[in-house]
Amino acid sequence: MSLLSVRNLSVRYGDLVGVSDVSLEVPEGGVVALLGSNGAGKTTTLNAIAGLVPTAGGSVTWQGADITGRPAFAVVGLGLALSPEGWRLFVQQTVEQNLRLGATVLADRKRLPVLLDRVFTLFPRLAERRRQRAGTLSGGERQMLAMGRALMSDPKLLMLDEPSLGLAPAVVETMYETLGRLRGEGLTLLLAEQAVELALEVADYAYVLQTGRTVLDGTAAKLADDEDVRRIYLGLETE
Amino acid sequence: MILLQVIVSGLLMGSVYALFSSGLTLIWGMMNVVNFAHGDFVMLAMYVAFFAFTLLKVGPLLFVPLAAALLFMLGVVVYLGLVRHVVRGPPLAQILGTFGLALVLRYAAFWAFTANFVSLPDNLVGGTFDIGGLRIEASRLLGGVLALVITIGMHLILTRTALGSRLLAVSEDRSAAMLMGIRPDRMQAIAWGFGAASTGIAGALIALFFYISPTVGESLALVAFVVVCLGGFGSVPGALIAGLAIGVIEALSGYLIGAVYKDVLVYSLFLIVLWVRPRGLMGTS
Ligand SMILES: Nc1ncnc2c1ncn2[C@@H]1O[C@H](COP(=O)(O)OP(=O)(O)OP(=O)(O)O)[C@@H](O)[C@H]1O
Ligand SMILES: [Mg+2]
Repeated sequence: MSLLSVRNLSVRYGDLVGVSDVSLEVPEGGVVALLGSNGAGKTTTLNAIAGLVPTAGGSVTWQGADITGRPAFAVVGLGLALSPEGWRLFVQQTVEQNLRLGATVLADRKRLPVLLDRVFTLFPRLAERRRQRAGTLSGGERQMLAMGRALMSDPKLLMLDEPSLGLAPAVVETMYETLGRLRGEGLTLLLAEQAVELALEVADYAYVLQTGRTVLDGTAAKLADDEDVRRIYLGLETE
Repeated sequence: MILLQVIVSGLLMGSVYALFSSGLTLIWGMMNVVNFAHGDFVMLAMYVAFFAFTLLKVGPLLFVPLAAALLFMLGVVVYLGLVRHVVRGPPLAQILGTFGLALVLRYAAFWAFTANFVSLPDNLVGGTFDIGGLRIEASRLLGGVLALVITIGMHLILTRTALGSRLLAVSEDRSAAMLMGIRPDRMQAIAWGFGAASTGIAGALIALFFYISPTVGESLALVAFVVVCLGGFGSVPGALIAGLAIGVIEALSGYLIGAVYKDVLVYSLFLIVLWVRPRGLMGTS
């Protein structure tokens, strides 16, 4: 059974269509990539799953239970955390305060120091900047903090919206190494990416979104190798 | 020596100003809503103190926390019953919402308590201290010191505790706060509770040395607006400094130019500051 399954999701922004028909499955322990160009609907899909935007149709099922339309503050408590587009850090608060806020839903408060340690081990830079305001961090550090903050709720599924966006190539490289480590620890990942090649390297399954619909899916290896897929849907140069 | 006396009494009054203004600035900072009923909350708290003393025969040790608790509840109820709904409307609806509430509270007070001035007995917190030649009434000293401690306490709650961090998170980015599992409505209700509780404590303290009437909140509300503008919208430390400054300016101008002109001086200064620095003296963004 899938950990998360999304069926025929549609989201509207007033008269505008955010997504019109998105379906996807995330198996436990898997790493699933959500690919697509600008405006394809990746962010909308993740935000709808997280409960940030209301759905207009379709369903979101989490561990067999229908959670469609639950508000974001209720969803995160179920074990789905989102590191949102644009990071959305609390810039007036310190790195540590941001991380502690991420642990708001933690039922067992004794786990908090353990989780804090885990984040600081994953991202030693955050440990150094612990007492600094989030607003003073560099782009790469902000991405780390957004991810660390999401990890502080001790989620089963971590959703990442474009973890590579706006980062220097070297930083992206480390970011993806970290993702590899997290998957090694058994965390389930759903990541939206425009950086297709990187995403296909770390993912084992991928969905391609086009103008609000899932138009294609398959194992990462299959999608990465298929010349037509690469050219038509992923906008990659064929060799 | 007299000048020092005037400054000290200004500081003591200013500290109470700082306390209830902190409540106003907290509510503003949390949700960009001006509570036009803030002065009337202070007025209600003064009547709570008055009736707690006259009917229940309890002193400040009990009626100060009682006023804080009652006003906290009033703040929560006002948020859940009124503010939560009007903030979704146009800006004018927000203004009229709390402005309307102010009128309702004021005229309800006229109806219930009549327009007569009342006051607590002078000797409730009795005596006058003589500190190195300075003569300070015990009631004003108690009010000023307690208000200062609570204002600083409020600042510490906002900056040093998990609750404060959550409150700030909601004011910074409501959606991101929801992603953390924070319920914005609950935090905003708490902010209104704290904001109103600050008027509860301040009102009960002012009642120790000031007359009480249904319109007494009017001039106090003006003071709070001046303090919040000077101190920077949303800043408790700013409100503290501005509150103390207004207290001293009022006292000095009352002494040097005459009591009739002190309000004029305070508001002229306020207009000048707004003109020169619209964000307030200590405002940031
Ligand atoms: N808040 C909004 N209001 C109105 N329309 C929106 C809003 N957010 C997204 N849209 C529209 O919904 C569609 C999907 O956008 P979305 O942001 O989900 O795409 P995306 O795949 O995340 O794109 P990007 O790679 O640029 O982040 C686009 O047509 C976009 O213009
Ligand atoms: Mg996006």
